[in-house]
Amino acid sequence: MTKYIIALVLGLLVGTAVFAAAIIYNPFGSDRGLSPLSVTGAEVLALNFSAVPSDAIVFTNNGESRVRPFPEKVLQLWEAPIRLTSAMATVLRDARSRTAGIGVKFSSLSEQTKLLEGDALVDSVWYVYLPGRGSLFLEQSENYWTFLREVGLPAYQNSSNNWKGSWLGDLTVGPGALGTARVTGGTGSLQGLQMEAMESLSARAFSAEEGPIAADGRLLIELPAAVDQSEDGLSVD
Amino acid sequence: MLASAAGLYSYPVVDQHREPSIVSVAANGGNVESFHIKVPMDRIMVGKPDRKKPLPVGLEWPGDQMLQNVHIELFKIRNARDTVIGVAARTTANDSSNEVIDWVLHLPARGSVFVNMSAKPVGGGYRVGELRAGSREFGPLSGSMTERWLPDTSGEDDAPQGRIELVTTFVGVLEPL
Repeated sequence: MTKYIIALVLGLLVGTAVFAAAIIYNPFGSDRGLSPLSVTGAEVLALNFSAVPSDAIVFTNNGESRVRPFPEKVLQLWEAPIRLTSAMATVLRDARSRTAGIGVKFSSLSEQTKLLEGDALVDSVWYVYLPGRGSLFLEQSENYWTFLREVGLPAYQNSSNNWKGSWLGDLTVGPGALGTARVTGGTGSLQGLQMEAMESLSARAFSAEEGPIAADGRLLIELPAAVDQSEDGLSVD
Repeated sequence: MLASAAGLYSYPVVDQHREPSIVSVAANGGNVESFHIKVPMDRIMVGKPDRKKPLPVGLEWPGDQMLQNVHIELFKIRNARDTVIGVAARTTANDSSNEVIDWVLHLPARGSVFVNMSAKPVGGGYRVGELRAGSREFGPLSGSMTERWLPDTSGEDDAPQGRIELVTTFVGVLEPL
């Protein structure tokens, strides 16, 4: 009898391990390839920011996550309805690294996450204020599956819990039909405009214990033809 | 392998905590919902230049000249039962051409709203704004939001200084039959 129980337990363990490996290394996973905005003929507004929390003005979450809030004494989001949420305020820079404005990002883990299908989703919104230009609101779903598989997992597997290399990928997967974010202009010259956008991440170092060590984010916002003419050099790509 | 697949399929990886929505119906149509922010308890960040006591402690507001007229505050927001249900950002800025007052409310289990407020308050200390955009549950809605500051008058030692009251009135879009 004992040998059957041992065989059953071993079978379950091996089956689970094989299944986990199949999920992680699934060659048919969601790798979307080329960004729709990279082939657009329209003018694109590029806004860059550091994706390292300690480079932000403020970053906060539930305080128990791997990524620590910054500054250290910032109010943490520990209440049950906001425990799976993070908030960040950061400076946004143009392609010439000049300050272009300021952005606030709220991100929450998405209930649409389906690991079986390679979807590790985050629902997020950006509020962006660009002095002299106006404000805009960006809503998107982001998929971190490829990032976790190609950066997060190798960092865990590394004996020093670190990953170093070069990873560049688009995070936005919706809600636009082409997998783009939906952008609405709020004030100034952007008022009333409907636009599309993509958020991408460029990582160079990641720690399994602390999160991103060296990483930059980028928002690419496709401008309607009427506001293509930039007076301040923001439209660059 | 089948057991693992079945478990992963049936058990939700992410399950956001939900508080019941407290909604009333407006007389002329639409759903009315009230939120509030206790000040200073619910303040996450007060981002403005030259603030003597930064909040949070250690905050360094960027010194760029172009951001000198920008003021951003981050808050936790509560529902009518005084339960924290989301986070919010309020931005005020003074461009040469106009004054900007924007709110973004983010309710993780429901979605987010983006509201442009009118710079001039109306009677009773209210300021009224228009819903510009929303995500998920709020995506197909239109409507307005009011804000006002209510100072605390209880006199209790541990009472907040006051609260910011936000009242949304949202209407769904009519769909053709």
